[in-house]
Amino acid sequence: MLTALCLIVGLLVLVGAAALPLAGRASGARLVHGITALAGAALVAGGIGGLLGGPEVLHLPFGPPWGPARLAIDPLSAWFLLPLGLSVGCASLFALGGVHGPVAPRLLVPWPIFVAGMALTILAADGFTLLLGFEAMSLASWALVAHDDAQPENRRAARIYLGFAGFGGLALVLAFGVLSGVAGDTAFAALRDAPPEGARAFAVLLLVLAGAGSKAGIAPLHVWLPLAHPAAPSHVSAVMSGAMTKVALYVIARFAFDLMGPAQPFWLGAPLIALGAASAVIGALRANLEDDTKVLLACSTIENIGLIAMGLGLALAFRGADLPALAALAAAAALLHTLNHAVFKTLLFLVAGEVLHGALSRRLDRLGGLIHRMPVTAWAALAGVAAAASLPPLSGFASEWLLLQALLAAWRVGDIAFQMGVAAATALAALAAALAAAAMVRFWGLVFLGRPRTPRAAGAVERTGASQWALLVPAALTILLGLVPGTMLDLAEPALRLMAGTAAPQTGWLAIGAAEGGAQYWPIPVALLLAAAIGLTAWVVRRRAPAGVVPGPAWDCGFIAAPQHLPFGDPASQPSAAGFAQPLRRMLGTSLLGAHEHVAMPGPGETRAAVLTTGFADPAMAVLEGPLPRWRDALTAQAERLRGLSIRQCLGLTFGAVVLMLALLAWLPGR
Amino acid sequence: MRFGQITYDLSHLLGGAVLLLSFVLLYQRRIGAVINAFAMQGTLLALAAAWAAHAQGVRGLYLTALLAFVVKGVLIPLALHRLVRQLNLHRTVETALGVGPSMIAGVALVGLSILAVLPATEAVSALTRENLAFALSVVLLGMLMMITRRNAISQVIGLLSLENGLILAAVGVAGMPLVVELSTMALVLMVAIVAGVFAFQIRERFDTLDTGSLEEHRGERR
Repeated sequence: MLTALCLIVGLLVLVGAAALPLAGRASGARLVHGITALAGAALVAGGIGGLLGGPEVLHLPFGPPWGPARLAIDPLSAWFLLPLGLSVGCASLFALGGVHGPVAPRLLVPWPIFVAGMALTILAADGFTLLLGFEAMSLASWALVAHDDAQPENRRAARIYLGFAGFGGLALVLAFGVLSGVAGDTAFAALRDAPPEGARAFAVLLLVLAGAGSKAGIAPLHVWLPLAHPAAPSHVSAVMSGAMTKVALYVIARFAFDLMGPAQPFWLGAPLIALGAASAVIGALRANLEDDTKVLLACSTIENIGLIAMGLGLALAFRGADLPALAALAAAAALLHTLNHAVFKTLLFLVAGEVLHGALSRRLDRLGGLIHRMPVTAWAALAGVAAAASLPPLSGFASEWLLLQALLAAWRVGDIAFQMGVAAATALAALAAALAAAAMVRFWGLVFLGRPRTPRAAGAVERTGASQWALLVPAALTILLGLVPGTMLDLAEPALRLMAGTAAPQTGWLAIGAAEGGAQYWPIPVALLLAAAIGLTAWVVRRRAPAGVVPGPAWDCGFIAAPQHLPFGDPASQPSAAGFAQPLRRMLGTSLLGAHEHVAMPGPGETRAAVLTTGFADPAMAVLEGPLPRWRDALTAQAERLRGLSIRQCLGLTFGAVVLMLALLAWLPGR
Repeated sequence: MRFGQITYDLSHLLGGAVLLLSFVLLYQRRIGAVINAFAMQGTLLALAAAWAAHAQGVRGLYLTALLAFVVKGVLIPLALHRLVRQLNLHRTVETALGVGPSMIAGVALVGLSILAVLPATEAVSALTRENLAFALSVVLLGMLMMITRRNAISQVIGLLSLENGLILAAVGVAGMPLVVELSTMALVLMVAIVAGVFAFQIRERFDTLDTGSLEEHRGERR
């Protein structure tokens, strides 16, 4: 199994190299995307095989100079292969349907390498291999984000993305350094034998949170997501959101639950819970305010990543507090939401790509009424949107319900500060879920309902073939995963055992629930009940409706008829994206995001219209663009002084460095 | 080989003597005396290499000893003396760092190198360990001399004495290939020649050998 997965990674790298000559023809580009789609399916198969089979270890015959490259598959990595494979498969299928001629090599070559890097990160069993995969993933995705460098905002996005990628890699290198200590062996087996304690464990966790968390989009290192996702092609943003962030979460989980050993205090989970709650609220709130479909979806990703991080943190805390059953519950919520979010967010990004292709815009204010012109896309999007809004019986509900159950049980960790913190986090998680639902209503309503806001939206066309299948498959999976969460949890049971340290209870396909005697969620009966209620309502409405109904023109809120030059109605007579966002911006945006409004009134006698300017700024971005460059410049000015040193002072610096290193060498072995 | 055997004791003595001369180099103020001390150090280094050749039974080290003696004990000091006479520097007295502070710094560096080397080399024989500690001390003292002196010739001597430390390390460790030592020696010769040429040039242009005067002539800034 592992050998086959390893060969898939190698094959993807080769395909990436071969993509350079293949990009010249449409058939070549189709071949590359087809192979990548098949590789995605194979990764899913490998993940299921890894969950059902036992762990395996493979030492490659090549590697870094000091030893072989090690690969391994265990239940945790096998589980994360599922979201990766599903997301990559659907996105490649979507890209396959979009090939109509030669593709630019800069768009085609990094794509298989990106996928290979993610798979390698998951399969790695030593620090070097993991970092190799992680950096391949970062660089290849950077190349894809930077592919359209004609636009200044894309260049800025690529620059910031590269900065974050470099920072993340550096932090991970340091994390491995601190974890392996003076021995310097980064093989996972060796790291497990010497788990860190106390301050060292905390330092490792913080470094991993900075390194992998910046890639996953955990606040306050989330600012690259809303910038990079619109810059990348749609299938790439789908995988960046659906799979790459999950790979980063996998790195966090691998460190926190495996490499750092089981004997960690419960408060080690607190940073994850706190940062997760912050990400969830900030992401969901921003998703309500953005007016670009892909930016909105990227912000929703931040929210969901925050929820998963909370699940991981809770599991860590429960395990530290010796509550293995609850740890399994929280880990189940995190793992299930990882999979569910990967599927529905891939779907939603592909929908955004399809809308961009059909209606030529990502801006909510230029779309509208697309359900008439793009019905399949609209209904597929509805499945994804309802899951993202965590409505039963779709997939998002099951995992978020589990997370809330875990949060509500957190009082059993007997530390008053922790209990208070988790109570606040519970409120924030609920707030985030509600905000996410509002954001999804706004997204779907503005894009697909109402009247077209532009002629191009009125003339939107829907593609058929592979692109449409790429939407239907994840939509069907979203519904299916929502109906059988219990089966998925049984499949994930080995991974839960690895994370929680105890056997998780078998749940069966019918119901999932908190520990013995706790609340239960029965997805299929709930679905039947909902279907029955909706059917009954429809039947009653039809039954009670008077005969001979004639559809009339829709009421347009009392506006006068649109002028002749606006054949599709006056766009101003529909709510705009900014108008929809206004209540939340005023309620929460002013305090959390520094939202501002300004009315420029014309003076007496002037004929110009009054202008309302609104906006908001993410505080993390403000820090990134405000004090950070100032500090950097100050540091550079200081460093510049080194160039003015005399020869003796330069020699003195070298001498001082040598003496310092020797002093460290003399001091360290005694420790 | 352990304490009390003649091989060990003599190696120890010679290594210690080389280190002692490094201290002499550090505090000596007259340029002529510095050169003499350096010649002495080169000769002692040659003796240490010859004894190592005898003790380890490696023929190649006799060649190292011969080269060290001819180049460091005779040729370079003679050339430096000539340079000093030509530039009329015999009477120069330079005080970059006082005797007391430089002695204290030197002792601290020796202590540091012993603390760093001895725990790191627990697996090897006692002689090698102590030789390495001596050699590292000589290297550090050479560096210290380079940064505390202002005169270009003294700085060159600091560099050469640093290199003496490297040779001492190389001869002390059994099994170091000869080619390493020979290439180091050739390198140092080149460095010495280049440094001599530079000293002439500096003197001709600026009428002093104080490297501080170069600072005013750097291209950027200032």
